Amino acid sequence: MIINHPLLGPRDAQEFVYLGDASLIDRPDASGETALDDFHDYLYLRDNPAGSHKELWFHEQGDRSWLVVTRDTRTHEITHVELAFEYAKRRGRDK
Amino acid sequence: MSQKSRLDGGLIDRSRPLSFSFDGKNYTGYAGDTLASALLANDVRLMGRSFKYHRPRGVFSAGSEEPNALVELRSSARREPNTRATVAELFDGLEASSQNRFPSLRFDALAFNDAFSSFLSAGFYYKTFMWPAAFWEKLYEPAIRRAAGLGRLYGKEDPDNYDKGFLHCDLLIIGSGPSGLATALTAGRAGAEVILAEEDFIFGGRLLAERNLLSEQDGSEWAATVISELQSLANVRLLSRTTVFGQYDHGIFGAVERVSDHLPEPISHKPRQVLWRIYAKRALLTAGATERPIAFENNDRPGIMLAGAMRAYANRWAATASQDIAIFTNNDDGHRTARDLSAQGVNIVALVDCRIDAPPSTEFEVLSGAQVVNSRGRLGLKSIQVQLRDGSMKELACGALGLAGGWNPNVHLTCHKRGRPIWNDKISAFVPATDTDPLLRAAGAAAGILSTHGALLSGAGKAIEALKELDISARTPILPKAEDAPVNIAPFWYVKGGKGRAWLDLQNDVTVKDIKLAHQEGFKSVEHVKRYTTLGMATDQGKTANIGALAVLAEMEGKTIPDVGTTIFRPPYTPVSIGAFAGGSRGKEFRPYRLTPSHKWAEEQGAVFVEAGNWLRAQWFPIEGESHWRQSVDREVIAVRKSVGICDVTTLGKIDVQGADAAEFLNHIYCNGFAKLPVGKTRYGLMLREDGFAMDDGTAARLAEDHFIVTTTTANAVPVFRHMEFCRQCLWPGLDVQLISTTEAWAQFAVAGPNARDLLQKIVDPTHDISNEGFPYMACGEITICGCLRARLFRISFSGELAYEIAVPTRYGDALIRRLMEAGKEFDVVPYGTEALGVLRIEKGHSAGNELNGQSTAAMLGMGRMVSQKKDSIGRVLTGRPHLLREDDYRLVGLKPVNAGDPILSGAHLMNVGEIANAANDQGWVTSAAYSPHIGASIALAFLKKGDQRLGEVIRIVSPIDNLEIEGEVTSPHFIDPEGERLRV
Amino acid sequence: MSDQILTPLAALGDHSPRIEKIGSLTIEENPDLAITSIAVRHRRDKDLQTFLMPALGGELPSPGRSVFTSDVSTIWTGVGQWFLIASYAAHPDFAREIKSLIKDTASVTEQTDGWVVFDIIGNNLIPLMERLCNLNGKAMMAGDTTRCLIEHLGCLIICRESFRKFTILGPRSSAASLYHSLVKVAHNVA
Repeated sequence: MIINHPLLGPRDAQEFVYLGDASLIDRPDASGETALDDFHDYLYLRDNPAGSHKELWFHEQGDRSWLVVTRDTRTHEITHVELAFEYAKRRGRDK
Repeated sequence: MSQKSRLDGGLIDRSRPLSFSFDGKNYTGYAGDTLASALLANDVRLMGRSFKYHRPRGVFSAGSEEPNALVELRSSARREPNTRATVAELFDGLEASSQNRFPSLRFDALAFNDAFSSFLSAGFYYKTFMWPAAFWEKLYEPAIRRAAGLGRLYGKEDPDNYDKGFLHCDLLIIGSGPSGLATALTAGRAGAEVILAEEDFIFGGRLLAERNLLSEQDGSEWAATVISELQSLANVRLLSRTTVFGQYDHGIFGAVERVSDHLPEPISHKPRQVLWRIYAKRALLTAGATERPIAFENNDRPGIMLAGAMRAYANRWAATASQDIAIFTNNDDGHRTARDLSAQGVNIVALVDCRIDAPPSTEFEVLSGAQVVNSRGRLGLKSIQVQLRDGSMKELACGALGLAGGWNPNVHLTCHKRGRPIWNDKISAFVPATDTDPLLRAAGAAAGILSTHGALLSGAGKAIEALKELDISARTPILPKAEDAPVNIAPFWYVKGGKGRAWLDLQNDVTVKDIKLAHQEGFKSVEHVKRYTTLGMATDQGKTANIGALAVLAEMEGKTIPDVGTTIFRPPYTPVSIGAFAGGSRGKEFRPYRLTPSHKWAEEQGAVFVEAGNWLRAQWFPIEGESHWRQSVDREVIAVRKSVGICDVTTLGKIDVQGADAAEFLNHIYCNGFAKLPVGKTRYGLMLREDGFAMDDGTAARLAEDHFIVTTTTANAVPVFRHMEFCRQCLWPGLDVQLISTTEAWAQFAVAGPNARDLLQKIVDPTHDISNEGFPYMACGEITICGCLRARLFRISFSGELAYEIAVPTRYGDALIRRLMEAGKEFDVVPYGTEALGVLRIEKGHSAGNELNGQSTAAMLGMGRMVSQKKDSIGRVLTGRPHLLREDDYRLVGLKPVNAGDPILSGAHLMNVGEIANAANDQGWVTSAAYSPHIGASIALAFLKKGDQRLGEVIRIVSPIDNLEIEGEVTSPHFIDPEGERLRV
Repeated sequence: MSDQILTPLAALGDHSPRIEKIGSLTIEENPDLAITSIAVRHRRDKDLQTFLMPALGGELPSPGRSVFTSDVSTIWTGVGQWFLIASYAAHPDFAREIKSLIKDTASVTEQTDGWVVFDIIGNNLIPLMERLCNLNGKAMMAGDTTRCLIEHLGCLIICRESFRKFTILGPRSSAASLYHSLVKVAHNVA
């Protein structure tokens, strides 16, 4: 596969390490009353879509960026790639 | 030896005769020959034996689809089995031999399988060798393998080297027939980066095998003209002897270039083959088509072959399988073969056309509405039996029979990404589905356009279409006039009514009856039939066989062929040798290794090395008189405890953590607190995974308010860095923190033992106070040594002794170990390796990889209280899960044998005294064990249920696979200095 | 205390750097480079540029690019992260120099000995490049820089001059393995 790195252009997927669902960015509030349940769901419950899937890839042999890659699990078509820290900020993780 | 079956003309160089041998017999061919064409020219028709029945077989095709003529090439370590004679380029001195026969090709003892063929029908192996189960491995399988073997491996290492590489292009063109050349010309002139890959050793594809003119030129001449223009273009790369074997995601193609296969041995330093990974923005499949046979009774005799192959042998190689040939066809292309052969002076005995309205001929007899129903000739065809239109039988003597069942476009690569071909009624064949793959298009015969004129036009047209998507404008070049014959075909797959066997898959010996039997037994899906009968599962992947079987299956099911569907084609298109996939990664170069800064010095000391990940680390340093590793290790351990030892610990991961929020960041990734760590101090830290299990441990040293150095274990350096970047970029992107791995930049040595400080004082520049007061336990700082060389010093200990770790820029590591050893002479300093390191840490009760194995929690490790509840760290919340807080959970303990002489082995399980040793009674397991010179006995660390409450208890240590059953005493994991006094002196 | 001074080794374990000539190709180990990484602190991009501008004579390079001046080369290595490279002989404690120059606008890390550096020079290095790594060597212009894999090793590849000169930075501990690969492939394509 080829991942179109937002800064470096198309790079071979061999250079990346896959982590999993981009929902791992949405780490729950550890101080909330339901923290134990929230973390359990966060860590163990995943959607497994046949279709578009946002997932985390690490450009380990490149610039060490974590990327959020939107990939169709049926065709491997990649429709969108962005830097994970920008995605995370958009989801309020820098607050 | 004369070449009895050599004709006139052809693309062979008669001025360059080449001698070669087949099964020990010497022959002569010419440059430009393949092994198969040279053998045919020498009147050799018998080239192999079939896989299952050991039936005599001859060459069947003239290309990579060959099912029959599999041979071994070369001798000794260069011997290569299962090579198709049809694609083996002849060179002077080539040694070839047939395979799968014993003792000789003409007399094969295992041909008795053939007599028992009625027992060896579809699914025979599944049905027969099921019982008793134990017989399979010891008796059945070896015997079957011997009988059904293909070629033999030589067993010695291949002396040649293989390499891999990477290519980029706008347009990859797969195949150089008329459509491929038209494509290349169009794209090349447009200035696109083009790669033209051709599996053959001459470009031109089918143009080389035909007599039709392109305008006024021979096809081969036109091909040569185009190639010479393409060669002059810097943007075009021509790869001959290169098979594109697979299409992968997003325009990645696999190709193998046979750089030296046509030479007796590679030129010095050159690879035998190169595996190319091609990144193509667009690709065009112009791989042509493969002819298919018509099945009838005993249709597998040497001399029976594809008609188009006969034409190729006659036109390109000036060779013929016989002077008297019959053709059996269902379409007009069979007539073309007959015409070409006739023009070459071969006698056409008859053209048998199953169509009633077969076109007539003035050159040879056409038997329309007739069928070939049987054949004779044990080791080679002698005659065929023809059922004429009126039902009468006629026996025709002939030495070869050409089968022309129509042409199948080579759609394979279009299916590698799950593309499904579609049925085209006009040519009665599957063609690539259009518009399913924007990256790979097909043109010419591969797209079902079988005339030369059509192929040229479609090649140019598809090239323009593909380049347009890349914003490259291209124009159709002026193309030569070429034949534009329509396809006239009457689908006809096999002759019905025969009692004997009609072969579909020649390599795996699958017959029409086998398919019918499989169907009767309930195997209706084409994928099931394939696996049950092994149809299409041989090295040729059924390129000439599958379609016939689909037709039989369709008939049985009462469906059409497209309704039955095809099996899925997968890479590789043709076999690729393992050596090409391995490339340079074999033997010592299997993977890169990492050397420590003291490696060269350690080698000089005669150190024994061990692989730790990719690192080579000194395991122990034997000295004169030591014959057993334990002697060396015990001595090294004692020396550390008594005086001082030095160990290269460069391999530990080192991560530079800087930034205004560095301390807060560490608070998140370690379960214990770091925010309040003073500058100039080091702290042990435990990293948990989010699920509450331990991930790694190490230390973090605070060099400045905004600067820490984090160390990781050797094995986890890479994953921990990845994890920390995840935390930084994805979880806490608002923190001002930066990470850089500096593992390689510093040579780091542990200096451990009561005399460690005295030794270091000799090299540390006197401006730095490293006294116990000035540089206490867990201190860290930047210092200089040996006259102003910058260095870092950490007072940390893995051994439990007074100890330091000292780091200098890597280039000085070698000099530093030499200096330390020199300065330490007065203390009898010893170097120690990873074994002694392990013993020392077990004695001290420090956890390492065996304990941090992904299944242990902080509580199990005795560090439950370290998990700070005052801050949000990775793993903190889920550490609070009830199951992880169970009172009866495992706890880390020490173990000592009750009888001091008993050894403890890691991996052994713990059982209560008096209970049966089984899983239900399991109390825990030994994680690490070593002989402790300090204790004078074997000691161990172990996880034991409620271990912390069972100190002093006697427990059984059991390992049935090691025959171990001893009693041990549960102790504290700290075998030495439990109070840590030695660390602080 | 001059008798105390430690003698450095080049990355391949010799006292002097290795040079190999294969056909028209030269592979040369370059030990005389001081390498320092800088990683910009949050919201200090402008301050960092201001401090560095005099030394670099221009802006920090963008992703995938390097800038060379007579004194300092700058290589983009990641988001907000660069390598600064200068002569080791002239700048034996380069990281400290940089730190005092840019203050707390960026995190500064000594990287000199983390890498082995090979300069590869020849008339046409494309056949070598296409066997080494997945970069499109033909398309690389002077200054183009990419990190990628060479025989499983993460390396920085810097084009100094199209087709003719490339610099490869590889992990120092694997210098021997990397060197072996370079030499083998060079023989292979020579």
